[in-house]
Amino acid sequence: MGIITPGSNNQPKTLTNDIPVIKGTGAEKLLENKLVTTTVDWVLKWARKNSLWPMPFGTACCAIEMMATLSGRYDLARFGAEVIRFSPRQSDLMIVSGRISIKMMSVLLKIYSQMPEPKWVISMGACASSGGVFDTYTLIQGVDQFLPVDVYIPGCPPRPESLIDAVIRIQQIIDEGHPGYLSDDARFSPEEIERAAELFTPGPATGGGCS
Amino acid sequence: MSALSQEAIIEAVKSQFEGKIIAEGGHNGQSYIVIDRDDLIEISKYLKETPELKFDMLSDVTAVDHLLMEVDEIPERYAVVYQLTSFELGHRFRVKVPVPEEDTVVPSLYEVWRAASWGERETHDMYGIEFDGNPDLRRLLMPSDYDGFPLRKDYPLRGRGERDDFQQIRRGEDFDAEDQSTEEQSPHLTT
Repeated sequence: MGIITPGSNNQPKTLTNDIPVIKGTGAEKLLENKLVTTTVDWVLKWARKNSLWPMPFGTACCAIEMMATLSGRYDLARFGAEVIRFSPRQSDLMIVSGRISIKMMSVLLKIYSQMPEPKWVISMGACASSGGVFDTYTLIQGVDQFLPVDVYIPGCPPRPESLIDAVIRIQQIIDEGHPGYLSDDARFSPEEIERAAELFTPGPATGGGCS
Repeated sequence: MSALSQEAIIEAVKSQFEGKIIAEGGHNGQSYIVIDRDDLIEISKYLKETPELKFDMLSDVTAVDHLLMEVDEIPERYAVVYQLTSFELGHRFRVKVPVPEEDTVVPSLYEVWRAASWGERETHDMYGIEFDGNPDLRRLLMPSDYDGFPLRKDYPLRGRGERDDFQQIRRGEDFDAEDQSTEEQSPHLTT
């Protein structure tokens, strides 16, 4: 961004077509149109959509396809989303890839709540989107019951091209002005986070049972 | 010493515990005995410590729910099943213990085979059978606040609403892409 070549009729001409540019009349003209003025909102959207940092929540075979998408053959880096973060604090796109059990759902909610806003969610595959074939007591029938999912990917598992398409869709909705913020009452209270931590703290798991 | 045939294992146990073997049988070349839970620890110790048998490994502990089933040799609703393996001699055996519905308590085999610890935890988790003497009988697979025993035949397949009982996280405002227009945001922008 910001690379301007002076046009023949002294109009700014950008190398990319989609950058909104305020036509040079004042300072721009004085500086021979070597700078570009735009809006902070546009720059933020531009930065966010082109450097998505995914948080992979891979629990099943969809995660294998997600790994394929990230590796060299399909190369999600072409779309600016190759920096996989295994810390929710550093990520803004959660990819739920795989079936989510009732024991994992609390973990998923906790990790999602730890991601800084704005944040977006991709529900990858049949299980994450609807429970898939696992219509049983232990499986969440679609994470969108509890999380604000932005893009769903059908398939069992979906091909890497589908995941790339979903990331491009996320870029599109960011570009269209998707806020990516939660309401105040939708966030976890400190007590709820504390309770989730108590419930799922692993105990002395072996308990001498392996001898 | 070499591996005993299934018949020889049954004979050895029968000769030692006259009258304590409720039933015997076999399936696909592997035999089993049905014993009372009061004799479980005694017979288990014999199976483990006798040099000719030497079942030094408890492969698995699980259970069966016979709800609405007629099983001649096991009149009770549940049966706990122990799978035994001898590493040294290379033979296997199976022990079944009937458990009545109204009193689902079985003595723990933790003191005989330490491997019983997790197998009994899982069986407790799934069938609600109590193992008296297990030092750590917490839930193994299901969440610790889960209520119910899902592998019992009268437990509904889709659960009792546990899978729908989570906090919902929603967006602050509903987003509709068609309502958003760059014109409205900044009328003097050109693209």
